[in-house]
Amino acid sequence: MLQFERVMKKYADGTPAVSNLNLNIEEGEFVCFIGPSGCGKTTTMKMVNRLIDITEGTIYINGKDIKSQNAVELRRSIGYVIQQVGLMPHMTIKENISLVGTLLKWPSDRKEKRAKELLALVDMPEEYLDKYPHELSGGQQQRIGVLRALAANPPLILMDEPFGALDPITRDSLQEEFKKLQKELNKTIVFVTHDMDEALKLGDRIVIMKDGEVVQADTPEEILRNPANEFVETFLGKDRLIQARPDVTTVGQIMDTDPITVTCGTSLKDAIATMRERHVDTLLVVDCDGTLRGFLDVEAINLNYKKASYVEDVMETDLFSVSEDSLLKDTTRKILRRGAKYVPVTDGNHHLTGIVTRATMANIVYDTIWGEGQELDSLTVTT
Amino acid sequence: METIVEFIDYTLQNSGYIWTQFYRHFLMAAYGVLFAAIFSIPLGILIARYGRLSSWVLAVGSMIQTIPALGAMAVLMIFMGLGTNTAIVTLMLYSILPITQNTYVGIKDVDQTVIEAGYASGMTRFQLLRMVELPLAISVIMAGLRTALVIGIGIAAIGAFVGAGGLGAIILTGTNATNGTAIILAGAVPTAVMAIVADLVLGGIERKLQPANNN
Repeated sequence: MLQFERVMKKYADGTPAVSNLNLNIEEGEFVCFIGPSGCGKTTTMKMVNRLIDITEGTIYINGKDIKSQNAVELRRSIGYVIQQVGLMPHMTIKENISLVGTLLKWPSDRKEKRAKELLALVDMPEEYLDKYPHELSGGQQQRIGVLRALAANPPLILMDEPFGALDPITRDSLQEEFKKLQKELNKTIVFVTHDMDEALKLGDRIVIMKDGEVVQADTPEEILRNPANEFVETFLGKDRLIQARPDVTTVGQIMDTDPITVTCGTSLKDAIATMRERHVDTLLVVDCDGTLRGFLDVEAINLNYKKASYVEDVMETDLFSVSEDSLLKDTTRKILRRGAKYVPVTDGNHHLTGIVTRATMANIVYDTIWGEGQELDSLTVTT
Repeated sequence: METIVEFIDYTLQNSGYIWTQFYRHFLMAAYGVLFAAIFSIPLGILIARYGRLSSWVLAVGSMIQTIPALGAMAVLMIFMGLGTNTAIVTLMLYSILPITQNTYVGIKDVDQTVIEAGYASGMTRFQLLRMVELPLAISVIMAGLRTALVIGIGIAAIGAFVGAGGLGAIILTGTNATNGTAIILAGAVPTAVMAIVADLVLGGIERKLQPANNN
């Protein structure tokens, strides 16, 4: 849909604003450009509708080089929303919404119909059509700003911190409203912001820029899971990384790799000795090559102590396990739903590799609340 | 008291003549402003676009403004001879600064974000001027025309010295006559009334033209 190929922008004095940008944006994708001020994110966006000229390289929209198109016609085919809204103060809301229609010389009944349609999209009553922008609140004005961009039904919309000047509550509701709208209308969005929460919330993909270069371009999950470098980490902020952990952490990263086990063929007596020694009430039973066979808990031993002598005679084989690369959030849900105290972790061949207990998860909660402190290590409990 | 009675008598007796001169006076001022506007509004737009020109143009405008009107008219008379045209050209010169300056300020003051939004919506330069910049600047431009017209009405009174006629001619008659105070008033009072009425009328139009956000 939108393709950047070795795009470079140098200002007249030779300082590069954007250097060697390569990026491919798919149709219907919501891409957030983010970075500190002066990183070239806005410049990149404005090059797409030729408000700023490209120094080197090419941008293609649907395979067509934007430089081969008439700049004015190109802009009419791309929606544009800016932070300061920029509604025409001397025009009514209707005239503002259908501005591109006016430029495209639509007949007035078509403009009117389209304006009504769009206003309904953001649940605003029709009497707003004849009001002037200054009669609307900031949030309403930006809704109209978004509608103006949608008026000619462009497949691509550029947005420059559109919700940045709004109060947090209005911003939240507008973000949600807009994300919904975007999914419904299947628009490709290039969204510039400096607010990481906004980017994580809205973006299908986030492009992190610094000094005119792309540092990392990936899905929000992938960026949180594997920040490309220290800059991305600091930019995300430690809090966010810790908070995001249940979302992206895999079981393998947090499991206790040394679960207490007994091998098949161990006598119950020895098993009880192990339990007492390690202060646990359950043991995992594995066979000689480490394959998980079942578990043994102290009640089962109690009931069958007189009848059986080996662990495999009393162990429960009906147990569920998770693989190392399953997500922690899913695992947590499973544990809670089954009311289990723990879940063994296995690799692809059912070999036991670790265990996640409720204590392990409690530690993550502590880390999230108090940060990763050393004193918490002493709280680690093993089953 | 006596002067006022004489003034009223003179005015009543010569109402036809005073009206003719009043009309002539107004036309001179109006033509001067009109011709200046034809030239100065585009000039103002131009210097708003190309900022570097603005300081030069406005400096020249201010310089013209400092020349005493009587002196300017005398110099122009050398080239253009006696008559109404000399007066109108002088008026034009004095209208250039207020009109150019106000056009410049009006266009410059249009919110940059509105301009950017207009461009990004796909307006051509001309469409931007016609649909955004001029409508938003029009009240400031009108204020310039209003100032120019009021100044012009005052300067037109001097036009009598170069044989342009107008209410200035009546004042001149009065200064040449013995005990001509009443005649001077018969020329001066209508001039003042004209200036005040022009100011009020154009002020009203200016308010009407103000963009919706400043109501």
